[in-house]
Amino acid sequence: MISLTINGLNVEVEPGDTILQAAEKLGIRIPTFCYEPELSQVGACRMCVVEVEKARTLVASCCTPATEGMVVQTDTERVFEARRANLSLLLASHPLDCLTCEKTGSCKLQDYCYDYGISESDFKGERLEHALDDTNPFFVRDMNKCILCGLCVRKCDEINGAAAIEFMNRGFDSKVTTFFDDPLEESTCVFCGMCVDSCPVGALTPKESMRGGRSWQLSSVKTVCPYCGTGCGLELFVRDNQVVGVKGDKESPANNGHTCVKGHFGTGFLKHPDRLKNPLVRKNGELVESSWEDALRLVASKLKEFKPSEIAGLASARATNEENYLFQKLLRTLGTNHIDHCARL
Amino acid sequence: MYEKHVLICAGTGCISSGAIEVQDALEAELKKHNMQNKVRIIMSGCHGFCEKGPLFIVFPEDIFYCEITAEDVPELVEEHLIKGNIVDRLLYLDPTTGQRVTSHEDILFYSKQNRLVLRNCGVIDPENIDEYILRGGYLGLKRALTMDPFDVVGEVKKSGLRGRGGAGFSTGMKWEFAFNSQNNKKYVVCNADEGDPGAFMDRSVLEGDPHAVLEGILIAGQAIGSDEAYVYVRAEYPLAIRRLRTAIEQAEEYGMIGENILNSGFNFKVNIKEGAGAFVCGEETALLASIEGERGMPRPRPPFPAVKGLWGKPTCINNVETLANVPLILRRGADWFSSVGTEGSKGTKIFALTGKVNNTGLCEVAMGITIREIVFDIGGGIREGKKYKAVQIGGPSGGCMPESHLDLPVDFDSLTAAGAMMGSGGMVVMDEETCMVDLARYFLAFTQNESCGKCTPCREGTKRMLETLERITQGKGQEGDIELLEKIATTVKDSSLCGLGQTAPNPVLTTVRYFKDEYEAHIFDRRCPAGQCKELLTYYIDEELCTGCRACKKVCPADAIEGEKKEPHVIIQEKCIACGACLDRCKFDAVKTK
Repeated sequence: MISLTINGLNVEVEPGDTILQAAEKLGIRIPTFCYEPELSQVGACRMCVVEVEKARTLVASCCTPATEGMVVQTDTERVFEARRANLSLLLASHPLDCLTCEKTGSCKLQDYCYDYGISESDFKGERLEHALDDTNPFFVRDMNKCILCGLCVRKCDEINGAAAIEFMNRGFDSKVTTFFDDPLEESTCVFCGMCVDSCPVGALTPKESMRGGRSWQLSSVKTVCPYCGTGCGLELFVRDNQVVGVKGDKESPANNGHTCVKGHFGTGFLKHPDRLKNPLVRKNGELVESSWEDALRLVASKLKEFKPSEIAGLASARATNEENYLFQKLLRTLGTNHIDHCARL
Repeated sequence: MYEKHVLICAGTGCISSGAIEVQDALEAELKKHNMQNKVRIIMSGCHGFCEKGPLFIVFPEDIFYCEITAEDVPELVEEHLIKGNIVDRLLYLDPTTGQRVTSHEDILFYSKQNRLVLRNCGVIDPENIDEYILRGGYLGLKRALTMDPFDVVGEVKKSGLRGRGGAGFSTGMKWEFAFNSQNNKKYVVCNADEGDPGAFMDRSVLEGDPHAVLEGILIAGQAIGSDEAYVYVRAEYPLAIRRLRTAIEQAEEYGMIGENILNSGFNFKVNIKEGAGAFVCGEETALLASIEGERGMPRPRPPFPAVKGLWGKPTCINNVETLANVPLILRRGADWFSSVGTEGSKGTKIFALTGKVNNTGLCEVAMGITIREIVFDIGGGIREGKKYKAVQIGGPSGGCMPESHLDLPVDFDSLTAAGAMMGSGGMVVMDEETCMVDLARYFLAFTQNESCGKCTPCREGTKRMLETLERITQGKGQEGDIELLEKIATTVKDSSLCGLGQTAPNPVLTTVRYFKDEYEAHIFDRRCPAGQCKELLTYYIDEELCTGCRACKKVCPADAIEGEKKEPHVIIQEKCIACGACLDRCKFDAVKTK
């Protein structure tokens, strides 16, 4: 174990743990934009800077390993001023349209400006004017709001593996974009939406969520994704009994918060008029709604009319492994081995 | 048997001022006189005195001709090479004494120098390994190979050599870290991504004495337990790359690179990686990312490259000049090396002297020499007898040293204490006509352009500083701008990720510190004391000189000039936008500024 002092308090951490992790252990809050534990640490946003005794400059706590006997201060004036100035610098090229911005209420930039008492930037000057990109069906990219933390870039590369986006240009002209600055649809992007989930500001907004409600107006419902047998945990955002957004559930052991395009953006069926909500039974050539009890009774009686070898079952990829296991068990109990699965088709 | 040797400088500077034409002319002329077997032509590396190139030196008598053109060659052959008469008019003219000087040793530019790293530059043919070996080359490697690697590290540590690329970290300690990192694969990387505007020390060493760098790399490899090196060199240095490539091939042929080097059991391979021209790739972690094929962006340290570097393996990164010092240390010993220089800064440093001095070029001086000696003795003082104002040391990361600091010793610690830094060794001299606010603006434009864009303070802070400086130089400065600059500068310096950002504010901070009155004159009096900021000048017409030709009136975009034909004209100050068009147009020097 490594022992260090933060703001005069002693704390012990594992070798390799960062100053930020040590501070978290003590319940000391340190602001971060570019930090996510599951990604590589890049130390880009410089919001998490702290003062370390004998260090020449401030150090980024998210990527600096704690060392034995280290003396750290997280709340000195020097730290406060640096964070405040960096926030102010970010805000200088960020639109102040919080009144209509979808991210209001869950925006880290907004939260930190509140914490550090910034209502407008101290610096005025040029702003880059990026055209709004809403060409793909799933989310809108407003690069004017991007603070270049790079979470989306690393998420795409390190978690998804698509590596569809990277930084382009240098200095003030830097931006996150695709190879050759092509539209996202023409890149290797698979629209998993994880970049959208990781964006700390309003640069990436799911279309389904627009005008759906403020974060504080939404309730969160945890569920399992209905699309496939993986069983990813999802967090649904609900307003007036309508799903207005989806995010991967970080606590789900099946996916650790990761999603694919279907789970993330495939909610259109929920309120589609053709959606089946009850079983249908064919009566006099027409399908009519029925109760599960009646439908199952009908299936059971029909099964009795056939020899086992005349019965076949088609399992579904949308069911879980366990459900598919039970289904084949049922068929074999009936005496048939005619079982197939839609994923084979 | 040759009777004479003619050395023609073939550094990039002299080549661009016509050295190859001189070579062609000399070859033709020798052929004409059937003297090919009597005179040997050596195309050497850089002599440093680029201001006076192309250089043409005749041995054994050591006669130094400068600013030679192809047209001068027949006379040189006829008079000097055949008749043995010195061609007086082509000798160096000492600007202080007005006398012609025959030997380079009598030129103050050279006599004040201490050329250790540059010992072979301009003396040997860089494309011939034999010439390097004849001057004691590869003896350092030979000695190192008989020593225990740990003792080699110890020797370099004891010498007190510090990195010549910028920060001045102890080279021996760096080697020790890499030595102590346990791994089955280690790399040596030579940082030849010299990017400071106006700096060309590393280029000259690579062009003029590439084997010295290779020998340094080999010794580093043997010391830390590595078997492979990369030289990361800018693609904008084609000559350096070509000569380095030739040197590697020759060293391989001679068994200095390859398997079982000098029968010691030591194997080593050297690769060249050409950089695509990003200033930030001179930062070691960005450089490594670039070799790996990633975007050249720095990453946080620790882990330091000595622990986790190229492809995750322990890597020792040193700059060209640092590595070129190493063979000397091994050959002549740490004690000899540390006898040159000061307490904290051992050895010599090469500077690229540019700007408003009489003698621009490359000079190598012992650490501890004063700025005054460099500027006034080696540099020959300020051009046209103007007044010295400041010297910018260390490129865009460095600072401006005013007249009061002329006697500052040039070493790592003194420069850092004064707000500048050694950097890679750029030295830009400024006279009274240089505007310090405009200078800070120039360097900030450079760093903003070269910021990789990764971290907030560097990306955004340099932009806002640049905008503020632009405003001030355009006469739109406001009260509070100086404080605003200092505020951003402090944040950028204190919280940026890498050395580029941490030092980018230095030109601003030092000019505010030493030339605050110039900032105030711009902001409060709307005046540029150096008379450089166009928008702050007042233009007027000298009635005595004006012929009333109307040329200025026609070119004025603001209709601010009035006057009848053939009568003196007048500039209406309220309408003048200070664009300077009239001044450029006037043939009679009648348009003046104040």
